[in-house]
Amino acid sequence: MSDTAKSGPVLAADGTPLKRSLARALRMQKMRALMLIAPLLIFVLVTFILPIADMLFRSVENQIVSDTLPRTVVALEDWDATSGETPGEAVFKAMAADLQEAAAAKIHTRVGSRLNYETPGISSLFRKAGRKVKKWDVEGDGPFKEMFLEVDDGWGDPDVWRTIQTYSPRLTNGYFLNAADMQKGPDGPEMRPENERIYWVLFQRTLFMSLVITASCILLGYPVAWILANLPSRTANLLMILVLLPFWTSLLVRTSAWKVMLQQQGVINDTLVWLGLVADDARLVMINNQFGTIVAMTHILLPFMILPMYSVMQTINPSYLRAAKSLGATNWTAFWRVYFPQSVPGIGAGSILVFILAIGYYITPELVGGTKGVFISNRIAFHISSSLNWGLAAALGTILLVVVLILYWAYDKIVGIDNVKLG
Amino acid sequence: MALTPVQPQTPAFTAGMSALAGGFAGIFVGTANGSTGLGLAIGAVLLGALGFIFSALYKQEKPARWGVLALFVILGVAMAGIPGAVMGALFGWVFGWFIFWIATGNYRSKLPPYATSGQVLWHFTFRVICGAIFVFLITPILVVMPLSFNAEDFFTFTPEMLQFKAEGYSLKHYRDFFTNDDWQQALWNSVAIAPAATVLSVGFGTLAAIGLSQPHVPFRRAIMAILISPMIVPLIISAAGMYFFYSRIGLQGTYVGVVLAHAALGIPFVIITVTATLVGFDRSLTRAAANMGADPVTTFFKVQMPLILPGVISGGLFAFITSFDEVVVVLFVGSAGQKTLPWQMFTGLREQISPTILAVATILVVISIALLTTVEMLRRRSERLRGMSPS
Repeated sequence: MSDTAKSGPVLAADGTPLKRSLARALRMQKMRALMLIAPLLIFVLVTFILPIADMLFRSVENQIVSDTLPRTVVALEDWDATSGETPGEAVFKAMAADLQEAAAAKIHTRVGSRLNYETPGISSLFRKAGRKVKKWDVEGDGPFKEMFLEVDDGWGDPDVWRTIQTYSPRLTNGYFLNAADMQKGPDGPEMRPENERIYWVLFQRTLFMSLVITASCILLGYPVAWILANLPSRTANLLMILVLLPFWTSLLVRTSAWKVMLQQQGVINDTLVWLGLVADDARLVMINNQFGTIVAMTHILLPFMILPMYSVMQTINPSYLRAAKSLGATNWTAFWRVYFPQSVPGIGAGSILVFILAIGYYITPELVGGTKGVFISNRIAFHISSSLNWGLAAALGTILLVVVLILYWAYDKIVGIDNVKLG
Repeated sequence: MALTPVQPQTPAFTAGMSALAGGFAGIFVGTANGSTGLGLAIGAVLLGALGFIFSALYKQEKPARWGVLALFVILGVAMAGIPGAVMGALFGWVFGWFIFWIATGNYRSKLPPYATSGQVLWHFTFRVICGAIFVFLITPILVVMPLSFNAEDFFTFTPEMLQFKAEGYSLKHYRDFFTNDDWQQALWNSVAIAPAATVLSVGFGTLAAIGLSQPHVPFRRAIMAILISPMIVPLIISAAGMYFFYSRIGLQGTYVGVVLAHAALGIPFVIITVTATLVGFDRSLTRAAANMGADPVTTFFKVQMPLILPGVISGGLFAFITSFDEVVVVLFVGSAGQKTLPWQMFTGLREQISPTILAVATILVVISIALLTTVEMLRRRSERLRGMSPS
């Protein structure tokens, strides 16, 4: 053939070099795939990722002080917080001007309650001064230092001014320090006194209880997954319904069911009393404590453990076990040295999934946890809806999110996100 | 299985095993009636004797089992009336079956012939353990159902209910659910929010899943990680972030805000199920369609869509149930006007405990059974279409 004798690049049908033509086709394919994905990606970015980013930003955001009290912040720059003296007249004058504007806009209480998170008592100082300052003439009146002290002696406390100075930058690590049970002292961050360290206790409890829940899920899930994987498929499918039905049932339904079961006048206690195992006046306290949370959450998360274990165990060839036994292994050795190591990926996948889900649980601890069985998420919810300390809620959420993302990354490495299976 | 020879056991063995079972049951009956030791002794002797008689003297299985059943029903009635009869029937049936299961040696028929007694014992102990775990899984859901027909405002079984008297049961909690404005409003809100969220997540999700299953996708792993993240990030964090952000842009407390939030939460489920279906999709079918002159849109609706439809529907059901069950996010992103059914249940459980919750719970369980059945049937159909045998 004469064509083969020609040198030069191979050409496509339209005369362009084949290489370029292929590259163009590949680019087209990639573009088309991205075009299909783009709407969803934008949707998730806007409705989900942006809110999360907003929360991360809120955990360090601190514009309220510098926005509401701009003059005071400038005036305070020269003041030495370690001197132990109240700032001079210039600062008080600036404060009077700032407060007057803020009170007119009715935002002076907001900055007061913001600073109150850091030093209790400031909120009322701002409220009182805000009422008086409206009548003052910022240019003519004076000296403002005496006028402020007349309103409340608290204005003479250097601690108040130090707090204002500390929180005047636009970004702060204050919320994070708070979330780690620390506070800003005169010489940088320091731990809070022992009896005020509530978040460390909560984080510890959340981790500990999530571990207990994961462990009990492994303990209960392993035999079930084993029997499902080893029964004939018709029977296994029937039994699978017993696993999938709780999985599909509403979380609230299962939580209320546990409330019904565990109460002091509930089904379990009634049965135990009827059987005579427990005296009527000594009914077991199984709800509104850690036990209640652990039992209810183990039940709720058990399907998430069984399903990945089951899908791994299905792939284990039963003849390995028979081979081990025929080579002289005892039942236990055959299981422990041959079967168990092959089922470890299932345990790993299930454990990480259950742990991730458990660590961020809110509804069940809230309803059956009482005060001793609540998680860090309950505290976050409290700060959002009751104490309105959104910055602290965001900081606590960020810490929790970091823990979960590390686990997510591990899950991706071990199992792969693509391999998540449902039902 | 026929390999294992099934031989009748000796009367002594049967009697011993039956006595063990009888003694165990006797402990509970005895404790309930005041004396543990007596219950144990009576149970062991009674069952031991029955076991011995049936295996040594009397080989007729059917009449013997009916006889045991009748004996226990009579015993039950004598001890505790109608509830006792039900318990007695249960015990009688189990014991009748147990005695003959042991006596005929049938218990060995499914095991390999070389299994030692220890292995046989472990085999059945293991079954019992698994059975207990299954009971743990399913009991809470089953207990709710009869309690929702309670005539009293209690969360537990009343004596009337245990005696199966008609006045112990009523439909009043269901009536309350269907007439109370709060619950009806919540139901309608749920019904309005869930389908809208489902449509959004299925629409975007299916398109993206098709895109993701193309052979060349840049940054596939990163995109996948972002799209799955709503499932992994703890709900309270999603809720907090959405609350802050949506109140900045004025979506907090609106219907649209809740629908968008729920759609985002449902997307991972759609992505996972639809990509799983697309794994088995034969791409040459779309090429064949194109070859015959179909444009991409026609190809999609006529060829690809019917084949991946089972996956899309079950993804949609997952998204639906996610939105329908979701409470944390709606609690923060919604306002009183978007109060959904789970929200109403949540406040009900936290503040004014009313058994209407159990009626709602029962209705929801029935709905989830229906959804579960649909998803299972779709999964099997999809596997059949892809030429896999349904497992």
